[in-house]
Amino acid sequence: MGYGKEYQVIVVGAGHAGCEAALAAARMGCTTLLLTMNLDAVAQMSCNPSIGGLGKGHLVHEIDALGGEMGINIDHTGIQFRRLNMRKGPAVRAGRAQADRMAYSARMKVVVETEKNLDLKQGVVEELIVENNKVGGVRTREGIDFLARTVVLTTGTFMRGLIHVGMNSYPGGRAGEPSAENLSQSLRSLGFTVGRLKTGTPARLSAKTIDFSRLERQPGDETIRPFSFTTDKIDRSQVVCHIAHTNEKTHDIIRRNIHKSPLYAGVIEGIGPRYCPSIEDKVVRFPDKSSHQSFVEPEGVSGTEMYPSGLSTSLPADVQLQYFRSMLGFEHVEIMRPGYAIEYDFVEPRQIRPTLETRDVGGLFHAGQINGTSGYEEAAGQGLLAGINAALQCLEKEPLIISRDQGYLGVMIDDLVTRETTEPYRMFTSRAEYRLLLREDNADIRLTEVGRMIGLVSDQRWRLYENKRSQMNEAIEVVKLTLITNKNRDLCQKLNLGELKSGVTLEQLIKRPGISIGQIRQELDVFNDIPDSVLEQVEIAIKYDGYIARQREQVERFTEHEKIIIPDDVDYDAVASLSAEVREKLKKFQPVSLGQAGRIQGVTPAAVAVLNVYLRKKSRERQTEKRS
Amino acid sequence: MANNKDTIIAPATAVGNSGIAIVRISGERALSFLQTYFRNNKKHIKLDSHRLYLGRLFDVADLVIDEVMVVYMSPPGTYTCEPVVEIHCHGSRQIVRKILELAQSHHIRLAQPGEFTYRAYLNGRIDLIQAEAVSRLIHSSTDLSRKSALQQLDGLLSRQLHYFSSTVKQVLVYIEAWIDFPEEVLPEENIQQITDSISHIYRQMNDLASTYKKGQYVHSGATVALAGLPNAGKSSLMNALLQQERSIVSSIPGTTRDTIEQSFQLEGIEIRLVDTAGLRSSDDFVEQEGVRRAKAALSHADVVLLVLDGSVTLSDQFADIVSSYRGTTSVLIINKTDIMSHEPDLRFYDGPVVRVSAKHGDGISELKDKIVSLLLQDYLPGAEPSYLTEQRHYEALVAATSHLDNFLGNINDVELDLLSIDLRDCLQSLASITGEVSSEAVLDEIFSSFCIGK
Repeated sequence: MGYGKEYQVIVVGAGHAGCEAALAAARMGCTTLLLTMNLDAVAQMSCNPSIGGLGKGHLVHEIDALGGEMGINIDHTGIQFRRLNMRKGPAVRAGRAQADRMAYSARMKVVVETEKNLDLKQGVVEELIVENNKVGGVRTREGIDFLARTVVLTTGTFMRGLIHVGMNSYPGGRAGEPSAENLSQSLRSLGFTVGRLKTGTPARLSAKTIDFSRLERQPGDETIRPFSFTTDKIDRSQVVCHIAHTNEKTHDIIRRNIHKSPLYAGVIEGIGPRYCPSIEDKVVRFPDKSSHQSFVEPEGVSGTEMYPSGLSTSLPADVQLQYFRSMLGFEHVEIMRPGYAIEYDFVEPRQIRPTLETRDVGGLFHAGQINGTSGYEEAAGQGLLAGINAALQCLEKEPLIISRDQGYLGVMIDDLVTRETTEPYRMFTSRAEYRLLLREDNADIRLTEVGRMIGLVSDQRWRLYENKRSQMNEAIEVVKLTLITNKNRDLCQKLNLGELKSGVTLEQLIKRPGISIGQIRQELDVFNDIPDSVLEQVEIAIKYDGYIARQREQVERFTEHEKIIIPDDVDYDAVASLSAEVREKLKKFQPVSLGQAGRIQGVTPAAVAVLNVYLRKKSRERQTEKRS
Repeated sequence: MANNKDTIIAPATAVGNSGIAIVRISGERALSFLQTYFRNNKKHIKLDSHRLYLGRLFDVADLVIDEVMVVYMSPPGTYTCEPVVEIHCHGSRQIVRKILELAQSHHIRLAQPGEFTYRAYLNGRIDLIQAEAVSRLIHSSTDLSRKSALQQLDGLLSRQLHYFSSTVKQVLVYIEAWIDFPEEVLPEENIQQITDSISHIYRQMNDLASTYKKGQYVHSGATVALAGLPNAGKSSLMNALLQQERSIVSSIPGTTRDTIEQSFQLEGIEIRLVDTAGLRSSDDFVEQEGVRRAKAALSHADVVLLVLDGSVTLSDQFADIVSSYRGTTSVLIINKTDIMSHEPDLRFYDGPVVRVSAKHGDGISELKDKIVSLLLQDYLPGAEPSYLTEQRHYEALVAATSHLDNFLGNINDVELDLLSIDLRDCLQSLASITGEVSSEAVLDEIFSSFCIGK
């Protein structure tokens, strides 16, 4: 049964990836359908109620710069903001915010609902409609065929989701919601290699049964730096989090009951993330640690549900209650929802291109956990790019690929298409080679113009951006031209400058260790109304000039191999002197450039050299053919 | 593979003592290298492509390295399709080494094995039939050569290099963990501990790098040159060391006009002993030329033997000669002790002193011991745990060390995330000998060492 209306882009799933994908496509002018299994669960935070953190905060800023929604949404619904790593270097300062979970979801739903060109509908997709290796739409359980040129799949943990609580297991996509049982079969029959991953979440606790006076308080920042470059300031009232600790008694209870964990009984086949082990994993793997800490995070301002971080588990509910009650402050705690482990299907991401379009089915894009990632920010970033590329395809424009030196978004997708998925992929700043260039503070400088070019950056955002650029230029001029001599007595005294013979410029001062542009602003009235965020960026550019230049040089070297394109029809069997192992890897991952080939594990520098020779030979042959 | 934009240099002929050696340079800096260091007397020469020119190659201090013939070949009609320069010098390891070092100071790097051919291929110079052979060559010359080089190396050396990179990696693991997991309970940030552990291997890396020179002496020999005023008995001393009448000995000052070179074995080291004309100003054109050659030879020497005639009063000229070789490795030799009347006042010299009588052979074995100990210092072949012999390894180690130098210099002034750049660059430099340390490997280590997980 047809639906009567034809779409350009259909997005399946309304989680963090799906919402960004649908909004991007619609905002770029494509008629878009967003299908979700449950209209009451848009942009759900299935695990911890927070956005950002190291690497993840960077992603949110990049999403925002490109015209995505996540940054704005958390700015509206955040109830505690903190900037991490303020003393560990300019590139690794990262924002993190606790969200009011219900408010976050509700606001996103309104944004999606009110977007022009975008229909939000409830429906369970059972099957993809594919003809001649080209996607044509989706078929729902209700038997409706929705037709579209492109489809973006963002299935989260729903494909054949299997929830484990102790030895009990039942199908489900999230606690209390059914799984999607047939879609992954449809993907398998189209020839995709489908794998299985596992993740988990802790129990939610009732606030009124926790003795917070026995826990350590953790307040947010006094001055809040918003996530979105368009947010002026955050008005919402802020809350306090708390820190609780496990103890030897907790660990004893877990050890005694370890046989009841499906993880240890061998029931779970999916692979879990090493960076987010369950509490039973921690206890078993680090027997010397007598205590593990847990941030107790409120899920909202009005409700009483609390999220105890770091305590995800698959142990039975009675054991969960027992070990919680062994913890200080939790003596009388009540569990509102038990923690659980969940296994789900994902599609090995080597089957997608750097545009997130699948290699074998034209017009089909994958984003989020279906690509083996974890995390809201990782999902949203992919969703945004998948939505953008689906729309660009409909508009018959060149696709958008962010490179590794341009953003964490680029690092993530390049990692996905060049690596074996051995666990759910999470972003870390150490994954970025050019970390110093990829900062939160300059995400807008890096990506706003890209967003503008593809039509996602609104006039308002563009004006803000242009304004910031001119403020930066102004600030740079000020620091270059302002000369400080001993006549500036207050400043000299404050900064302990000593004798300044012929005077120094502010720029030279800022280069000195221990002197900040903020201190100068306090003493010297030269920066007018240039905001602190702009000054911070100018300060970084001056202070870390040498390191930044070094990284730029490295980027230049890196780009050389990125520019050598491997054509789709390359025949690796025709390349002499490649080892069988390397040949197999190259066929499996089908890198798009020589640089990407080199990043595939097992592809040696020698193999890259051989491939380089071969590619040059081929391109010369092609040129000769053209001429004759 | 290394960057294809760099200018590269390598000996094109087998390394060893032969009549002529050819050193080849390819890349953008090739011509400017010649324009900077190649001259015919005082004059720079305009170099037409594909023509052979005779002249001299000067080093950074403007001292002559050798009389050479050079040819500049402009692209594309060259082996690599890039600007190519060939330098035909005398076939001595020392001269070739000097030229390679000079080139590196001009930002020209040593070519990897097969790299000239690789470029020739990349630039379409070699025809397609040769493709397979070339790629096989490249194959064997990057990864395999690294592995085989490692196998060839003393097992201890390879273990030591791995120890360096694993120590750096370990520190990087801590830094990255502190950066990426600020909300986890981790071992406290301990900058002192990091400084200690990096300083420790920094010293060891420097020590290892310094064995390169000593290793070079063992493998390629060393040059020892005699210097002194006319008639100090340099030629007698040369003959005594060689135990043969190589130099003409007479009582006429200035008998030795040209430099005379002869090799002999000393504790397994090949010593090229060079006798030189006595250093004095003279109107005699031939003697002037002899003095010029003497100075050139002395500037290349690994050890300078400053020969003093003990039978005559100490002159200012000798003191001048001594002071002009301050900073080079030297031995002051008081010769003619058999007819010496009183002990000379040597307060102007703070190096080792040996008393000999070349005529009677007294003190010669003591002198030989001194030369060996100066060359090798406390280094004994086979006794030292490991030493470097390959220039490529030496360069990689020096680069790696310089990154640690940066790291240690900045540790109190800059933040962790910048320090990690120095460590990553250090690992990158070591990678050409020990293999890559990927960021995935760093993450692996973080997850296995620390309990991470929210």
